[in-house]
Amino acid sequence: MRGRGAAKILVGLLLVALLLSGCGTSGGSGEEFVFGVVLVGPYNDHGWSEAHYRAAEYAVEKLGNARFVYLDKVNAADRPNTTLEQVIDDMVNEGATMILTTSDDFAADTDVVAAKYPDIPFVHISGDHAKTGAAPANIANFMGRMEYGKAIAGCAAALKTQTGAIGYVGPLINSETRRLASAAYLGARYCYDTYRSSDAQDLRFVVNWIGFWFNIPGVTLDPTDVSGDLINSGVDVLISGIDTTEAIVVAGQRADRGEQVWAIPYDFEDACSVKPEVCLGTPYFNWGPSYVRLIERARKGEQDGQLEWEAPYWKDINDSERSLVGFVEGDALTQEERDTLHQYIADLASGKAKLFVGPLNYQDGSSFLADGAEATDDEIWNLPQLLEGMEGASN
Amino acid sequence: MTVRDLARKLGLGVIPFALAVVTSTVIILALGANPIEAFGNVIGGAYESWAKVADIAMAMVPLLLASAGMLITFAAGLWNIGVEGQMLAGALMTTWLVESIEGPAAVMLPLSVLAGVAGGALWGVLIGLLRVYGGVNEIFAGLGMNFVGSALTNYLIFGPWKPERGATMSGTDPFPLEVWMPMIGHTRASWLALLLAIVAIAVVFIILRDTQWGLVLKAIGLNPVAANRMGVNTNRHLMLALMACGALAGLGGSLQTTAIYHRLIPQITGGNGYLAQLVVLLSGLRAQWVPLVVLFFASVQVGSPRLELRMQLDSSLGGVLQGSVVLFYLLVNGVRQRLGARNR
Repeated sequence: MRGRGAAKILVGLLLVALLLSGCGTSGGSGEEFVFGVVLVGPYNDHGWSEAHYRAAEYAVEKLGNARFVYLDKVNAADRPNTTLEQVIDDMVNEGATMILTTSDDFAADTDVVAAKYPDIPFVHISGDHAKTGAAPANIANFMGRMEYGKAIAGCAAALKTQTGAIGYVGPLINSETRRLASAAYLGARYCYDTYRSSDAQDLRFVVNWIGFWFNIPGVTLDPTDVSGDLINSGVDVLISGIDTTEAIVVAGQRADRGEQVWAIPYDFEDACSVKPEVCLGTPYFNWGPSYVRLIERARKGEQDGQLEWEAPYWKDINDSERSLVGFVEGDALTQEERDTLHQYIADLASGKAKLFVGPLNYQDGSSFLADGAEATDDEIWNLPQLLEGMEGASN
Repeated sequence: MTVRDLARKLGLGVIPFALAVVTSTVIILALGANPIEAFGNVIGGAYESWAKVADIAMAMVPLLLASAGMLITFAAGLWNIGVEGQMLAGALMTTWLVESIEGPAAVMLPLSVLAGVAGGALWGVLIGLLRVYGGVNEIFAGLGMNFVGSALTNYLIFGPWKPERGATMSGTDPFPLEVWMPMIGHTRASWLALLLAIVAIAVVFIILRDTQWGLVLKAIGLNPVAANRMGVNTNRHLMLALMACGALAGLGGSLQTTAIYHRLIPQITGGNGYLAQLVVLLSGLRAQWVPLVVLFFASVQVGSPRLELRMQLDSSLGGVLQGSVVLFYLLVNGVRQRLGARNR
C-alpha cells in the first residue's frame, strides 16, 4: 500500500513539473539593449564590485535605450548552489545580449558559458584567455593598467611613513596580484629614494595575502586581523589590494586610539569616505567610459576577441569621462606631500619615472631586468614572483 | 486511513506552508515589494523552461541522497548532524581519485562513485567510533567532524590541489571530461546522477519498511536499552547506520563534483547536509514524503535568484521561506501533540 502511495507521489511530482514547465514567460522588450553584469562581491562593497556596478549605471545613462541586469555575490561562499552558467542563463532569459563577467575568478567558467552562447559577446574583465587562446572567439578581455595607480599609492605611502614600514593587504596570489603589489613597492621605493632622500634599502614592504578578493569566514584569513597584525608588526601605512575596505577601517580604529597610522584603500573612487582622516588616497577604477565603449563595440558586432589593457589618461588621470585608472588624494596628505605626489604622477606621465625598469631582481634573487632594461607588457602581466626587497609569499 | 487521519495529515502539511507564505509576504511587504510578483518570480524562475526543470532535478540529487542517509540514522534515533562532513568526505575522496589517476570514462565514472561512497562511509564510521567507543554524543562528534572536513577541503584547494595559475575560491582545475557524469542532451541534468539518487531513496524506503535491519534500527531508535536487552548488538548497528548514511551522503558529495561543478570548490556540499536535516524533519521521517519536500526546496532554490534579477530583492528570501516552513511545521506539530495530550 505504502509503496504504491510513494509511486503515486512520484508520478504526481513528475506531472506537476511537466505542467509548470510549460508556463514560460518571454521577454521581448523591443529595441532596448540589455547587458548583463556578473559581480563577484556585493554591489555596494565600496570596492571592486561597486565600481563595476556604478559603471553599468553610467553606461545606461550614456547609451540611452539600454538596461542592465546584474547579479552580485556570485561566488562559492555566498551562493554555494549557483554556477556562473545558471546566472548567465537567467540573464540571457531576461533579454541580455551582452555579458560582462567582472572577476578573475570567472575566467574558466566564462570560457565554458561563452562557448554555449557563441552569438553573445562576452567581456571578461581582468583575465587573459582571449590572448592565451583558451577562450572562444566571442570573449574579449579588458583590464586597466592599475600598476600605475598602485605605484602612486606606494609613493603616497612612502612619503608618509614614519616607521619606514609599509604593509600590503593582498587578496589571493596570482600574476595580477603579484603585479599590483610589486607596482606599489616600486612606487614606494622610487619616492622613498627620490623625494625623502632616504635609502630605499631601509624601507620595509610587507605583503600579507588573505586568500581571496574579500573575507570569507572560515576560508580566507580575516582581513581585519591581517591589517591589525601588520600594524602590530610596525607598519604604519596599509595599502589595500583586496576588494573591500577592512584596511582603512582598521587603520581608522587604531588612529582613534591615538596611533599614527594611515591607509590607502582600493578600487572605488569614494573608498576614502570610510575614514577620510587616515586616508592617503585611493587608486580606483573608473570603468564607466570603458563600459560605454565596450558595449557600443559589441552592439555593432565589432568585438574582436582581444585582450585590451588600457592606460590611464595621463593628461588628467582623474578625468571621469576619459581615464580608466585614477587616484583620489586623501585628506591625510599634507600640501607638501600632495605637491610631491603630483610631481611623481607627472614624471610617470612623461616617462621620466618608469616602473618595471632594471636593474631589478625577483624575490628569490634571480635576475629579472638588467640595468636599464624595460619589462615588456607580457613580462609585467605574467609576473611570476614578487620582487627582491619585498617580504611575503610569491606563490 | 480514516478521513480524520487524512485531514490531520493534510493540515500538518498545509498549515505550516500557509503560515510560511504569510511570513514571507509580510517580509516582502516590509521591503516595499509586491509579494504576488515575488512569488510569481520564484515559481516562474523555477519552471520557465526545461533547462530550469533540469536544474531543479540536479538540485534535488544531493539533497535526496543526504536525506536518504539521514532517514537511516534518524530511524536508529541518531541526530546525525555530521552528514555535511560525510558529503565532504565523498567529494574529497572523488577529487583525490581524479587527482591521482587517469582513465577512460567507463573506468573513471564507476570508480568516482565508489570513491565517494567509500569516503562518506569512512567518515560515518569515524563518527560512529567517536560515539560508540569514545562516548562522544553523535551531534558533537558529527559537528566537530564537519569543521574538520571543511578545513581539510580548504587546505587541499588552497594547497596541494590548487590550479597552476594560483589558488582561488573557484576551486581546483576542472576535472577531465572522462569524470563528468553523462548529461541529458544540452541540459545540465545528468541522468546517471538522478538515477542514483532515486534508487537510493527507494532502497532506503524498502530497507526501513520491509527488512529485518529496518526493524532493528527502529527498535534501537525507540529504545536502545530495551533493544540491547533483547539481544540486539546496538553498537554494531549504530555503526552500520552511520556508515550507510555516510555512504549515501558521500555519494551526494561526490556527485556535486562530477555532475554539477566538475571540480572541487570550497563549500562543495552547498549546505545540503544541513538542509537535509530540515527535509527529513519536514517529511516526518518518512521516505515517501522526502521527494516532495526535496522538490519544494530545490524549486525555491532555483527560482529565487530571479528575485534579484527582476526585483532587486535578496534571493536569501527563498531561504527564509524554506526555513519558516520547517519552523512552522515543528510548531504546528508540537501544538497538535499538546492538544492531543490534553484531549486524552
